This record gives sequence, structure tokens and C-alpha cells, in this order.
Amino acid sequence: MDLRLPSKVLEHILSFVDSNEDRNSVSLVCKSWFETERRTRKRVIVRNCYAVTPEAVARRFPEMRSLTLKGKPHFADYNLVPDGWGGYAWPWIEAMAAKCPSLEELRLKRMVVTDECLEKIAASFKDFKVLVLTSCEGFSTDGLAAIAVACSNLRELELRECIVEDLGGDWLSYFPETLTSLVSLDFSCLDSEVKLSDLERLVSRSPNLKSLKLNRAVSLDALGSLLRLAPQLVELGTGSFSDKLDQEAVSKLSQAFSEMKELKSLSGLWDVLPEYIPLLYSVCPGLTSLNLSYATVQMPDLVELLTRCSNLQKLWVMDLIEDKGLQVVASSCKELRELRVFPSGAEGLNDTNVAMTEQGLVSVSEGCPNLESVLYFCVQFTNAAMVTIARNRPNLKCFRLCVMEPFAPDHKTQKPLDEGFKAIAERCKDLQRLSVSGLLTDKAFEYIGTHGKKLRMLSIAFAGDSDLMLHHLLSGCESLNKLEIRDCPFGDTALLENAAKLETMRSLWMSSCCVSFGACKLLSQKMPKLNVEVIDEHPLETRPDSSPVERIYIYRTLAGPRLDMPEFVWTIQKNPEIGVSHLAIK
Amino acid sequence: MDEFVNLKETELRLGLPGTDNVSEEIERVSCNKRALQGDTENETESSMMKMETCPPRKAQIVGWPPVRSSRKNIIQTKKNESDSEGGRGVYVKVSMDGAPYLRKIDLSCYKGYKELLKALEIMFNFSVGEYFEREGYKGSDFVPTYEDKDGDWMLIGDVPWEMFVCTCKRLRIMKGSEAKGLGCGV
Repeated sequence: MDLRLPSKVLEHILSFVDSNEDRNSVSLVCKSWFETERRTRKRVIVRNCYAVTPEAVARRFPEMRSLTLKGKPHFADYNLVPDGWGGYAWPWIEAMAAKCPSLEELRLKRMVVTDECLEKIAASFKDFKVLVLTSCEGFSTDGLAAIAVACSNLRELELRECIVEDLGGDWLSYFPETLTSLVSLDFSCLDSEVKLSDLERLVSRSPNLKSLKLNRAVSLDALGSLLRLAPQLVELGTGSFSDKLDQEAVSKLSQAFSEMKELKSLSGLWDVLPEYIPLLYSVCPGLTSLNLSYATVQMPDLVELLTRCSNLQKLWVMDLIEDKGLQVVASSCKELRELRVFPSGAEGLNDTNVAMTEQGLVSVSEGCPNLESVLYFCVQFTNAAMVTIARNRPNLKCFRLCVMEPFAPDHKTQKPLDEGFKAIAERCKDLQRLSVSGLLTDKAFEYIGTHGKKLRMLSIAFAGDSDLMLHHLLSGCESLNKLEIRDCPFGDTALLENAAKLETMRSLWMSSCCVSFGACKLLSQKMPKLNVEVIDEHPLETRPDSSPVERIYIYRTLAGPRLDMPEFVWTIQKNPEIGVSHLAIK
Repeated sequence: MDEFVNLKETELRLGLPGTDNVSEEIERVSCNKRALQGDTENETESSMMKMETCPPRKAQIVGWPPVRSSRKNIIQTKKNESDSEGGRGVYVKVSMDGAPYLRKIDLSCYKGYKELLKALEIMFNFSVGEYFEREGYKGSDFVPTYEDKDGDWMLIGDVPWEMFVCTCKRLRIMKGSEAKGLGCGV
């Protein structure tokens, strides 16, 4: 008797399974489940574009409608990955154009996207709807024009912190009059001014527009007319908030804001003048997300705004908010889930009194019961503060502390910050992401290794005493998926002893550490399913095995060594002349 | 290695002054100095001395603090008139014909051409003469020039200071016959 579920039935059941994690499990049950699953998966996510070939992905998921790709390692955001390293979108777009022409959505992060890529997208996918580029580079506004003109069903076009060759604002004018499907437009990272009349017409004919993020060049005056055309916006990124307006214009703008009953998210606010802060009061109670990280106003003005944001869940702000301002957040924003405090750079100048210390974060941890994600830049910190924070908020999922002074100890006790991070790792049982900083010894990493069982991503800089630190982490953190380390004093031994662990992780990045060339070669020889890339712009003429490498990027892959490596990336496959390792093979 | 020992004096120090970790850190930084430096086209380690011409500031480490470039320098130095150290860090190489090594300076440290030229004169121990709008520099064998974004060699002083800081890629103090074409005056 055939006990197999008919594939049609299985297909129907699978149509209710949305999460890719679950779908991955389904595909492992047996061959027929694998087949049914792959034929029905619509949303594909590849978190390392070099872990698998585009052709393999296209072959496996022929019904793909949405593709998400990530390229460069995270530290590329901070200029630690040299230009030309890789992460090219082209091979993927080419493969999808040939095999999955029904593709509708493309989301790329940290990839090199050229105008050719954008033109290819415009030409190949007839029903293309969504393009979201995050931290991408390599294209110009001409590429955007190609998308605008050709994608007649475009719903979302978002450029998040991309580096774009800005040839002017004409690209916006290429959206045809027939395009009425726009739901989201984000061009906040572009410099040039777009033609206001074109923007107004586009907004007018987009009744479904929910999210609009303008660039800095859009004036305050222009903002007013746009808001009147789109009072239904749920997300707004303003342009520059600093033109001098006359009384009439100000009251009109105030009126426009008060008409925006659906607004939940506000960002932009470049150069915002204190006298314009009251314009935002009417939308504050409805806001769940507020990004003030480009707003250069001082604490008193920030406080005025934040006391009115009782429903706020996500707040991004600069350290201009000071401890006092964070105390107000703690008492006013009881729904807060995510807090990010960025450095303004103001404390570097002699004449500002930026009073933001660890106390600010402690206040928020006390006052906001739902706080689960923190990114905090601070000059110095204390163990006591971290212990208190851990005690207050065992529900933390993401804790990224950046003590900006490298090797800074607890500024009250002068001890390393080991005990503080121990408390965090021990108490926050669901902690998935952690960034550590300040003065840390190997002990800190012993604690993290012992307690950080759910930890998936860990970032470390200027820390530790020895190889032992890496060993604690690789042997202790069972869920570790991404590890990125810079300027720490290790280490061949821990790396080689825990080589097998690396296959269970997505990637490991180490720069300015003391990993030797020989160890890299050896690791590569031992572990064929890993790509071990030595990224070294200044190699010595003759490279002894003992010489330290500048950077090493290791990731698991099914695709084998990649074919697009630049000169400064060395692997034993690409550079057979470097020979085999002379270190003992264990 | 010898080069590293010589560079200890000018090493970027990361530790807090007075802490025990300072010497340890210097060792660590020394062995990683290669990684911390930016470009090194033709220079050899021993001939390149990277010294700051500005008042000493916090050591600048690549990619630290870890913020994206778009978040840097948001606080516009509207106060750039007096106090600011000129934190934008517009570093350019300076060469002088006949001198064996290059220097690197931060253009944002200077408020104008006068200061810049004075600093160059002290750095390379020469005199630049007097600038005339039509005739260029008179009274010296040396002519201060710069390479702009288009790759052209221009006479320092011709364009407004702000434009110069934005378009200047590197400086070269030309000497003698080569200088004749630009400098014009003697």
C-alpha cells in the first residue's frame, strides 16, 4: 500500500508554510518532500552569495518570485574590506533572467550592483515589483532611470544607504505617467535634487503610496506640498528640515502634519532647527519608529519631542540626547523595544558638554520592560552598569556596546569589563547578537562561551589576551553563526583546533589579528568545504608561513572557490604558487 | 624588524596613558601596523615617516568607531571659525623635488593658503616666494603645485581655498626648470 501523501495534497499543505526555516526542515524529510517543497518555494534567501551558485539556486527553485542576497561581510560597512573584493550581483541577475523570468522581487545587501545589472532587471523581469538595495554600490542614477522607465508594475524602490554615482535628479522623471502602483519609494541616500513637480505628480498618482523617504535636497517647503498630496503615508523620511519659512508656510506645514493620521515611522530630519520641532508634535503619539540619528538638535529639544512619543517602539538617536534625555525616554516610551544611540562626534570638540554615560542606558533598561535590542556608543562604561542592565532586562536579544576608547577599563574601578559582559551573557538567555568592547581579558570570553548558548552573531574588537579567547568561543557557543574579530591577539592554535566548527557557521572574519599564512593554508587543506580567503593588500615578497596575514575571511560553501577573486585575495586554489603549509598536519 | 623599531616613536597608541597595557598595545599595534596603514604605493617602510602636522589628536584607526561613513561628521563644524581641529581629515601626500621622502598632511587643519604654505616651508625647509595672481610665485626656485581630481597639475593658490581642499589629491613642490612653466616668475 502506498502510504505517501499525494504531492498535490502536500503542495496544498506547504502553501501554509511560510517560514524558510520550516521549509528547509520539510525539504530534509525525504526526496519527494524535497521535490514538492522546492517546486513551491516562492521566497528564496541566500545569506552569503558565495555559499552557492546562482545556477544551483535557480535550478532548485524554479517558481522563485522573491530573491534576497547578501554579499560582503558585515565589516565592509566600516571600510575594512578593500574595494574590489567581490559581492557582484551580475551573475545572479543573469542567471535569474535566464531561468526565473517571473522573478518579482530582488533584495540585495552589501553587493556590487552596476547600471548593467539594473538595465538587465528592467529588461528581463516583466512583472518586476520590488527592488530594495541596502548598502550597495557600483551603480549610478542612470541605472535607476532604467528601472523607473521599464518596470510598469513597480511597487517598491528603496535605496538604503547605498553609494550611488549621482548624475543628477532626472532619473525620477522617468517614471511614466501610467505608473500608479507605487507603494514605497526611498531615495534618501542620493545627493542631487529631483524635480519637485515630477515628484508631486508621482505622489499624486500613487494612491497606494505608504512609504516615502526623501533625500536631503528636498526642502521643507516642498515637504509641505508633498504631505498634502499624501496624508495617508505610514512611513515618512523628510528632507532637510532647516529652510527658513514664513509664518504662513509654517502653519501650513503644521496643518499638513496634523492631517497624517496613519503615520507610524518618521526619519530624515537633517539639520532640523529647534524652532521646527513643534511641527512634529501632532504625529508623535502615533509614532512607533523614530529615527533622529541625523538630527543635530540638543537634549532639551529632543526631550520635548520624546515626551510625546508614548507608543514608540524603535528609537535611533545621537548621543546628544545625553543621560537626561534617556531618562525621559525611560519614563515616556514604555513600549520601547529597540534603542540605538550613535556618536555625534561632539564629545571630541572642546566646547560641548555632552553628558552621556552608561547611566543613560541603565535608565532605559529600568524603565522600558520590552527593551530587547540595544546599540550603544559610549566613551566609557562600567561593570556595575552592565550587571544592572542584565538584571533589569534578561529579555535582551541583541546587545551591542561600543565603548569608543579601545581598551577602556571600567572607569570607576579600572578593572576589565569582563564581569559586566559575564552578567549579560549569563542572564540574557535569549541573547542572539552581542558586540563587545572596552578592556577585556580571556575571562570575558570564557563566560561568553559558557553562557552564550543562543548566541548567533558576535563582534569583537581590541580584546583578549591570547588564543584561549577564540577557543572559548568556538568550543562554547553552540549556535554561533557569524563571528567577526578585529585587532585581537590570536591565533593559529584555536583556529586549527576548532576547524570543524567553522563548517557549522556561516562565516568568520578576522582582521589585524595574528593568524599566520601557514595556518590559513593548512586550514584550507584540511577543510575543502570552506573557502579560506586571505585578503592582503601588502603581502611580503616571499611569504614565510609564519608571517601574519592582514585579514582572513572564511565561509562555508557548496560552490567551491569563487572565480571572481581580485589580486589581493589569496587562496590555495587561486594561488597554487604559495605551496602547501609546512606546519604539522594534525 | 628594524623598520618597526624606528617607527615606535611615531606609533599610533591605543591604550590609555598610564595604564599597564600601553606597552603591550604598542607591540600589538606594531605587528599590525601594516593593516592599519592605508595606501602605500611606492614608499618603502623605512623612508615613509608619517608625522602629524596638526596638534595631536586621538589616534585614527581604520573603521573605528564602527559607524558607517554616512554617519560621520554629522555635527557640521558650524563652529569651524575658531576652535575646531578640522576633524575631516583630508590627508594628502606632499613631495618635494629632491627630497628623499614624502610627507602627509591634513588639509582640513589649515584655514587658508597662508597657513598651508607656511607649514610646508617649515616642513621642507624652503621658501616659496610671493604669490601673484597673474604671474604665480616670484622670488624662489620652488613652486608649490597640486594635482586635482582631473589629474591636472595646478598652481597652489589659484582657486578659492574650499574648492582647493575638495579637489586636491596630492601636493608637489616643484623645483628649478620644471617649475618654470607654472611658476613663471624669478
